[in-house]
Amino acid sequence: MWRVTGIAIVTFALTSVSMRSQGLGVPEGLDLSGSWVARNFTDALGNPPAMEPTPVDFLGIPLSEAGRAAALSTSPSQISMPERMCDFYPPTYIVLGPAGLKIWPETELRTGATTAWIVSGWTAYAPFPIFMDGRPHPSKYAPHPKTGFTTGTWVDDVLTTSTTHMEVGILRRNLAPSSDLATMTTRFSRHGDTLTVTARIDDPVNLTEPFYLTRTFVLGKTPLNPASWPCTVGDEGVPKGVVPHYLPGQNPFLDEVTRLYGIPVEAVLGGSETMYPEFRRKIREKYVRPEPCVAQPGNRAGFCGSPGLYPPVN
Amino acid sequence: MVPPRKRDYIGIPISVAGKKVADQWDLARDEASNDQCASYGPPTIMNQPTRVRISWQDDNTLRIDTDYGMQTRVFSFGQRPTQRRRTRQGTSVAVWEARRGRGAMTARYLTVTTANMLPGYLRKNGVPYGEQATLTEYFDIFSEPQGAMIMVVTAIVTDPVYLEHPYIIASQFKKEADSSKWDPTACSARW
Repeated sequence: MWRVTGIAIVTFALTSVSMRSQGLGVPEGLDLSGSWVARNFTDALGNPPAMEPTPVDFLGIPLSEAGRAAALSTSPSQISMPERMCDFYPPTYIVLGPAGLKIWPETELRTGATTAWIVSGWTAYAPFPIFMDGRPHPSKYAPHPKTGFTTGTWVDDVLTTSTTHMEVGILRRNLAPSSDLATMTTRFSRHGDTLTVTARIDDPVNLTEPFYLTRTFVLGKTPLNPASWPCTVGDEGVPKGVVPHYLPGQNPFLDEVTRLYGIPVEAVLGGSETMYPEFRRKIREKYVRPEPCVAQPGNRAGFCGSPGLYPPVN
Repeated sequence: MVPPRKRDYIGIPISVAGKKVADQWDLARDEASNDQCASYGPPTIMNQPTRVRISWQDDNTLRIDTDYGMQTRVFSFGQRPTQRRRTRQGTSVAVWEARRGRGAMTARYLTVTTANMLPGYLRKNGVPYGEQATLTEYFDIFSEPQGAMIMVVTAIVTDPVYLEHPYIIASQFKKEADSSKWDPTACSARW
């Protein structure tokens, strides 16, 4: 009995050494798996309960001239096109959209090592893998899939990822566009049951400097169903083959934020200077404080007295 | 930061009691008062258009100064300092936390809990937080290309009276090479 046990112990030890010598099977970092409930307080105007930012609201986005021109020519009605209605956003949507995150690991069968983290959350973007196995990014000439291509490493227990090869996407939910040369560096920083996701979006075409976005999530008990809002193509008033857009100088929503909030148009049009505190001095004399809020018929949800109904974390 | 319209509390999980208080807000009254710093307390100051200076006051005390509102926050490592009366910035206790039990020293973030704050505003238009409010903040530092550094502050405000749920917001800061853009401005109820 002792002899058989001794052989079993030695065999197990040798196998473990063998695995470790091949760099296999040592779990790294933290467990990010679970259903993470979005707490959309930071961007309440761009996400529920307000639901959508105004069409021309590029405050705080470091748009280049090309980016601003592209944004002003883009009509949010493009998402009502039958051809685009059920299309996916690129992975930037995890920091731009309203939904929570469902994250789970893909593990290597023999060793249990995490070969990828899968990030999902909603039908608005395709679940995308964060490859943890050290594989290189494809050639810059490789096709850009819906999921982009993302690799990750643990840096001081923060999952740090690099996403390339994204399709044309958005910088805000009013469809201010990012180009297909945009890349994203994302950090998943867990503090207990709170997850802070910080993304830096670089876009050599539409941005003049990195654009930082942060969203927070809280670990929930109720499983999040990424397929809970299946998309079906319907008629939203845009005929097939028509691409809603605005010609230069003809965007009718240029002054909407000014009318609603008194913020000058030069601020609304974005640009890197709108990211920094000193910009306030520039517009101080131009800011006109809105009249006291009075609910009017036709006001969009979220204006004038609506507290925003945030569900508890279950 | 400018005051939104009265009764604009979108984005804040305000309770019924909080709405009652917010609906009483009066900008003129705030401007006439001796204290226009109600919206510069710890729950919101790090989410304002501010620059911050961070320094060690002594071996156990980290100090954060803001140019917006010229506020000073003091983080004590160790026991919460005794304080006879409430102050705008309250008392803050800081600790370095590892994300997991046996994490490396570098794999830590700063957790700061703040209490004993004077009642104030979560927003300049009078959305309140009260004496029972507490604040937990997580400070993360990330290295960026070309030696740049980013600090992300995740703040969780709880208030059993004025909030229905914890109010969670995150702010990003970029480290600058010098203080040339430091621009102290006094508290203002209007701007």
